[in-house]
Amino acid sequence: MVSYQKFTLENGLRVLVHEDHNTAMACVNILYDVGARDESPEQTGFAHLFEHLMFGGSVNIPNFDTELQKVGGENNAFTSNDITNYYITLPSSNLETALWLESDRMLSLAFSPQSLEVQRNVVSEEFKQRYLNQPYGDAWLKLRPLAYKVHPYRWATIGKELKHIEDATMADVKAFFKLHYNPQSAIMVISGDVYYDEVKSLVEKWFADIEPGQKYHRQLPQEPVQQELRRETAFAPVPLDALYMAFHGPARLEEGYFAMDLLSDILSRGSSSRLYRRLVKGEQVFSELNAYVMGSIDNNLFVIEGKPSEGITLEEAERAIWGELDLLKKELVSETELEKVKNKIESTNVFAELSILDKAMNLAFHELLGDANGINTEVSRYLAVTAEEVQRQARAIFNPENASILMYKAQEEEIRHVG
Amino acid sequence: MLDRTKAPEFREIAHISLKEPVKKQFANGLPVYVFHSPEQELVRIEWIFENKYLDEQNENPLLNSALCALLKEGTTTMSSAEIADKVDFYGAFLVPEYSFDVTSLSLYTLNRHSKVLLPLVKDILTEASIPQEELNTYLRNNKQKFQVSIQKNDYLARRKFYNLIFGENNRYGRTPKLDDYDAINREQLTTLYRKEIAPNNCTLIVSGNVSNDLINELEQIFGFEWQRPEAAALAGSPILTQQSKGLAYEEKENALQSAIRLGSQTISRTHPDYPALQFVNTLLGGFFGSRLMRNIREEKGYTYSIGSAVATLKHTGFLTIATEVGVDVTNATLVEIEKEINLLKTTLASEEEVDLVKTYMEGSLLGSLESIFSHADKFKSVLLNDMSLTYYSYYMEQIKNMTPEKVRDIADKYLDFEQMVKVVVGRFNQFEPIHQAVVN
Repeated sequence: MVSYQKFTLENGLRVLVHEDHNTAMACVNILYDVGARDESPEQTGFAHLFEHLMFGGSVNIPNFDTELQKVGGENNAFTSNDITNYYITLPSSNLETALWLESDRMLSLAFSPQSLEVQRNVVSEEFKQRYLNQPYGDAWLKLRPLAYKVHPYRWATIGKELKHIEDATMADVKAFFKLHYNPQSAIMVISGDVYYDEVKSLVEKWFADIEPGQKYHRQLPQEPVQQELRRETAFAPVPLDALYMAFHGPARLEEGYFAMDLLSDILSRGSSSRLYRRLVKGEQVFSELNAYVMGSIDNNLFVIEGKPSEGITLEEAERAIWGELDLLKKELVSETELEKVKNKIESTNVFAELSILDKAMNLAFHELLGDANGINTEVSRYLAVTAEEVQRQARAIFNPENASILMYKAQEEEIRHVG
Repeated sequence: MLDRTKAPEFREIAHISLKEPVKKQFANGLPVYVFHSPEQELVRIEWIFENKYLDEQNENPLLNSALCALLKEGTTTMSSAEIADKVDFYGAFLVPEYSFDVTSLSLYTLNRHSKVLLPLVKDILTEASIPQEELNTYLRNNKQKFQVSIQKNDYLARRKFYNLIFGENNRYGRTPKLDDYDAINREQLTTLYRKEIAPNNCTLIVSGNVSNDLINELEQIFGFEWQRPEAAALAGSPILTQQSKGLAYEEKENALQSAIRLGSQTISRTHPDYPALQFVNTLLGGFFGSRLMRNIREEKGYTYSIGSAVATLKHTGFLTIATEVGVDVTNATLVEIEKEINLLKTTLASEEEVDLVKTYMEGSLLGSLESIFSHADKFKSVLLNDMSLTYYSYYMEQIKNMTPEKVRDIADKYLDFEQMVKVVVGRFNQFEPIHQAVVN
């Protein structure tokens, strides 16, 4: 059970406080309600580039990182297709420093041209390191536009291409800040060795005078229902073929989301899961195989990815997966199997409560979804799922006309054997 | 009016106090360390074994990692599937882990399920059957994974780096080749299992909510019922050979980035200078505000990330600097790294920078103590080197006493760019190697 208290400043900033005095640290987590889905198709990768720029100095404080390190703190951030999330952990005695720093960059950035120039390079190198210079690194750059035709989920957070990042201008940066970085779009969670009253007065001190800014109204094109099977074959100098299958499924807040998530656990969680047991170990069709749900706020994807064993073609591998998916549509999962995946959800939830940072991030995300208390009630929603609902979801999701299949083929001649 | 240009006053960081374990010894000699935290709903039980080798002159590095992975793939009474089902059903995690010096099996579970799972672990530690079919699957899948790994420049650089700093006939320096997988057989694994997975080669660490009941249960199963083998296990010290220096370059024609890795063997935690060396490492490349990050990422934008680390093994230590950079700046990056190292050796850092690193390291140590499990982890780290928790008081004292002069002296004593092994996998745009290649 994660207990918390909430207040909202007049400028719209929502603040949640969770006390945990088992640690001497505090955590300040700020979620900005902006992600890659809010980008223009001509300027993809911008939300993530912007995240880097948030460390390039704010209007009154030239160096964010140094000031934090001086008081023993650490920080980082991530951008997803839905949100941008910043976090600081530091000794709780210096909590105020974190609030000083975060409030100043919410007030305004320094918009330093040097920072923009350098971070464009850094992000380009990140693009190369994670997506271009890695075997299979670009698979998602191909799979997203195959699965999504209209919704901005069709591009990855890093962006469609390097050029979009290289072309970012200071005017773009300023406009993005104005549109998305203000108290109304932010949720702040403070957790750890802190006391509510003290936190409240410090937050008021540093954040109350920030202008509320304009409210951003999100209007994203919704993905139309997929009507037919989509296929793509890619060739790359990789040692092994790989298979990616993506199916549309319920959004994070829609009915059926929890049943879909349990389906991925039945198929792929732990070494007793079906895909591992039968297709990796038993029939040995795959050398590795995983299934997971993206957890997106809008139209979701259920993804299966794997590498067939030597001598198995991608077509044979795909057939074997359909066999397992059809089984889930045809037969109810047993009570024991369902209980097994539910037990894992329960215990994992206990592990997640060990970390003040995890708790802060989860509280912020649930608040964004509409109710921070979701952090405490979500497990019971998993536990309430029945075998029939699992089957209903399997029947709704695992159909060829709902599938996008990427066959990633090895171009053998380009591989040099080493080792 | 709020003055936003002025930082809030710095407040002293809370005193760091580490939790001492309660030590016990079971009837069969098994040492047990207990970290009890009654408010936890969880317990973690770790069986830690020192790695042993069949042939000390010629270690097959894959043998220990294969044994580790196959521990839970079947016993004389339970199949791999039955074990997996049982662990998963109780929402537990049973995690075998292999590192250079130790192999461990960790059970993470809710308190209420620990008793059901202990007999299963006992079965794994005494009756593992290492089925041939499971071994075949393991080898087949890992050969595939290996083929993917060797397409990654950073993986290749790391391999080459270990080969060169430790030599290739020992556990630290020998990295797997595809043939090594085929050389593994069930008989070797069974022999190794008998030597290694035994109470006289084991340490038990229990953390979380550790009730007396649980201790009694553990003592019954892993104290009274777990027999020592007749033969003592091999001591197993690796024979480390002279490290090479200079540049090893593996060209990748189509690379967009080069993986760079450099460093050398160095002192381990047991050496009195180790905390000071950790300090210098942190300042050089051990955190986001380090000199390497500031210069090579934040000023020049050559990379997404660069870092350095000093690591301790049981029989030695090593220093490593690693990054992946655009191919057009491969050489420029090496030049900058050399510059940064030499600057540390010749020019005094400012008091301000030294103070910042001190505070950062204190905060970082405090932050690493989040739950009872992290207290157990701290203890585990020093146990590897047969040291006690007093190490951390010494460590904090040494960090507090660092001065610009001490930073320079330690850098001068332990960092030598010239003597370091330098590995580049990728491409130099204009091929101007700064050192002559020693290997290809």
